[in-house]
Amino acid sequence: MNRPELAIEARTVHKSFRDKQTGKTEDALKSVDLQIPMGSLTALVGPDGAGKTTLLRLCAGLMRPDQGELKVLGIDVAQHPQPVQDRISYMPQRFGLYEDLSVQENLDLYADLHGVPAADRIERYRRLLHMTDLARFTERPAGKLSGGMKQKLGLACTLVRSPDLLLLDEPTVGVDPLSRRELWQIIQQLVEEESLSVVVSTAYLDEASRCDEVYVLHEGELLAQGTPDLLCERALGCCFTAVPGKGESPRQLQSRLIDHPDLIVDAVPHGGEVRFVTQANVTQEALEPLLRGARTQAVPPQLEDGFMVLLRKRLGAASPDVDSLERQRSIAGPPDEVVIEVRDLVRTFGDFTAVASTSFDVRRGEIFGLLGPNGAGKTTTFRMLCGLLPSSSGFLQVAGVNLRTARASARRRIGYVSQKFSLYGNLTVLENLRFFGGAYGLHGKRLSARIVQVMEQFDLSGQARTRSGELPGGFKQRLAMAAGLIHEPEILFLDEPTSGADPLARRAFWRRITALAEGGTTIIITTHFMEEAEYCDRIMIQDAGKRLAMGTPQQVRELVSTADPAQGRLSMEDTFIGIVEHSRNGSAGHSEVNP
Amino acid sequence: MSSARQGGFWLRLFSLIRKETRQLLRDKSNLMIGIGLPIVLILIFGYGVSLDVRNIRLALVLDDHSPVGQDFVSGLTLSRYFEPLSADSMVDAEQMMKVGTVEGILHLSSDFARQLSAGHAQVQLIVSGTEAPRAGPIVNYLNTQVALWQQKRADRAGIDPSSGARVELVERIWFNDANTSTWFLVPGLIVLIMTLVGTFLTALVMAREWERGTLEALFVTPVRPTEVLLAKVTPYFGVGMLGLALCMIAGRVLFDVPINGSLPVLLFASMLYLLVALGIGLLISSATKNQFLASQIAILASFLPALMLSGFVFDLRNLPIGIQVISYALPATYFIELIRTLFLAGNFWPLIIKDCLILGAYAVVLLSLARVVTRKRLD
Repeated sequence: MNRPELAIEARTVHKSFRDKQTGKTEDALKSVDLQIPMGSLTALVGPDGAGKTTLLRLCAGLMRPDQGELKVLGIDVAQHPQPVQDRISYMPQRFGLYEDLSVQENLDLYADLHGVPAADRIERYRRLLHMTDLARFTERPAGKLSGGMKQKLGLACTLVRSPDLLLLDEPTVGVDPLSRRELWQIIQQLVEEESLSVVVSTAYLDEASRCDEVYVLHEGELLAQGTPDLLCERALGCCFTAVPGKGESPRQLQSRLIDHPDLIVDAVPHGGEVRFVTQANVTQEALEPLLRGARTQAVPPQLEDGFMVLLRKRLGAASPDVDSLERQRSIAGPPDEVVIEVRDLVRTFGDFTAVASTSFDVRRGEIFGLLGPNGAGKTTTFRMLCGLLPSSSGFLQVAGVNLRTARASARRRIGYVSQKFSLYGNLTVLENLRFFGGAYGLHGKRLSARIVQVMEQFDLSGQARTRSGELPGGFKQRLAMAAGLIHEPEILFLDEPTSGADPLARRAFWRRITALAEGGTTIIITTHFMEEAEYCDRIMIQDAGKRLAMGTPQQVRELVSTADPAQGRLSMEDTFIGIVEHSRNGSAGHSEVNP
Repeated sequence: MSSARQGGFWLRLFSLIRKETRQLLRDKSNLMIGIGLPIVLILIFGYGVSLDVRNIRLALVLDDHSPVGQDFVSGLTLSRYFEPLSADSMVDAEQMMKVGTVEGILHLSSDFARQLSAGHAQVQLIVSGTEAPRAGPIVNYLNTQVALWQQKRADRAGIDPSSGARVELVERIWFNDANTSTWFLVPGLIVLIMTLVGTFLTALVMAREWERGTLEALFVTPVRPTEVLLAKVTPYFGVGMLGLALCMIAGRVLFDVPINGSLPVLLFASMLYLLVALGIGLLISSATKNQFLASQIAILASFLPALMLSGFVFDLRNLPIGIQVISYALPATYFIELIRTLFLAGNFWPLIIKDCLILGAYAVVLLSLARVVTRKRLD
């Protein structure tokens, strides 16, 4: 069999879907041209809805393009899917592990389906189980593995033999930083040892920068392609860090910078400083009114910087109008008052301890981040705070009451935005807001006034009569926020509000959050994006139910001592991994899941 | 590589069947539906029919006011099984039965005493068949009652009851000319259980794979759609046959249902019907790809029609023409007809051949359709 030069070759590939309910057709891919060579590690990058999954499914022969030509391993996959499927391996976003089958049985099934000879299996299994660190769990049903381990097992199942091409669809989505790093170690090891051809889709740009070639997709179109270095070059000479002046927090400086899209492409808080990208040809003098004397230093561009330049060019400015959010000082009370008090909080499920003796305080107007790997106890802590779950023992007070036993009037003082955005899909935006307002006891003129206000604050005005189920992801998130804030709560709970959102939407989201905090609203948030912890006033890192670290991002960072000072400032992600690993290595025999 | 692919069929099929069987055995809900539910159904239908029948509301029409007649009914009024109500005429009694005040009418004609002295008296009994399970026992009780009365009368007269005057109960069941009984229900139950296992369970398990996204990964392997379908069908075929065995054993041991026809033919016909049911289940799940919808459709489109329109409970001849058309489009109708004949009547070859051919055609068409509909595609 002669090896083709190109793993994937797409010519003007077009794919659209018809929505069964509305009858509208939406283009998932618009005339995409691709040429991915064999033996390379290629990333498809883009926010949700960019067309990454559709492209991979087309390549796997699970769908047919409406127009254009798509060759995989030199075979026209639309005409002959089976010969392609015989040679490639594909890991869908939700890998279909059979949850009642054990780890070993899942592996055996895929080995049988791929016809792996018995003689080759022993060595292959040994290697895969070693790499994925699953050797101890071969008898465990796949359904009882943690999220990260499931993902690793899914990868192992697609790698029971060395495929001619490996397609991975967001293998790290919803996976904590530790498992994410382990998955990438496996992928990179295999690429080196077996010169695999891999195409991986991801929303994480740091993952894309590990690849040979990056394709940037956005709303079905190919925005750019090239090596990570080439994409970085778009932001060359425009990247700086600034140290905020005395009496100013990085977040305040960051807000000021990002509010000027004519000068600034992007700004994020980073390690007590602000990292920002300017528009091309912006002089230092033009920036001075924004920086107000903050010291700046030029830094080399990263892939995310290049990506932001691309997106801004494409989409224009997207900074929200936050004046009314900042002005909205609805809360009476001293600014430093403790509004959430947790002492020795414990929650057990049977003999499993989800949260072990945890204590912390949150003050009014703070942004408090809960971070931790999958299964660390974040969600359980969160639910106890919101009064959705009783605690097993310990003391818990939110806004002066225990929400579990509090009257409805006390609950009105908090707002909650859940991970899946509990909206009614067949109600319109207006109807949803009216419902949630009514549920919090608003009515009449006051409700109407609040609806007008939140629609403006969250940029929903053009969509009042659209059913919320038909809104694009970014709109849904804003509507969920609007619904959670309609009654002007003192405390807002946000459970992974940014997962799956593109970087622009995330910047706009955080700009609103920082504005809310300025106005005195207290915010408790969980997130998988470690760099988002930089926006928080204080963070708490949990693992296996225990509190590992708490403090400002800077204080937490300092807990991890770097032997090599030349390495510079640790990223929040490295900090996180350092702290969790240190704790795990410290406690002997501790494993990711409880036995 | 291509040689490995050729030989791979059996390996892949075996591996998939092993996977399905393991999943089936580990998922308690499947076993509950596959084995627990048939047992519950057998007990409900079997014993539900032969449960004690008491408080029988009976209209008494006594056209004969002679002491003998009074003596005859006094046995009934004292019995704990009956709640007699006297009616002035047959017209009144019929009215009472129509509105449901009584379940039966016992009619002594004006010449009862005269008939009896002539050596042979007839008593008319009309029982409402609307509650079919009660009709049979009511008739039986009354027969016993009549026999008791005769025994007592003979004892008092000091004569041999067999040589004396006889009272004959002339019974009729109204509103339901096919008197349903356990014998009649058990063969029907087999149809219900096989429909349940074949269609409902299969629709669920296949839709579950679509829903959980497990098929997406499975499809991008050398596996062929036929192998996926065969592997799904095999273990559930086994469960269906187990349900059949349970019903047959229960029928024989608990309810003494005779099997007058040939057992191999019965098994063969059941397999054919099971394939039909599996085909419907696979079609439903391929069309819906959603467990909730699949279970709703499986119940509405296969289980309920098999229960109500196949002749399991209601006699097809009494149905309106439009509904009869639907009934005769249901494979369950032919299987019920066939299996009842085999159980109760015996080998009636023209019917066996006709029904087997129809079921076989259904099986081929449905399974082929399922194969065509199941493609390794997501769009």
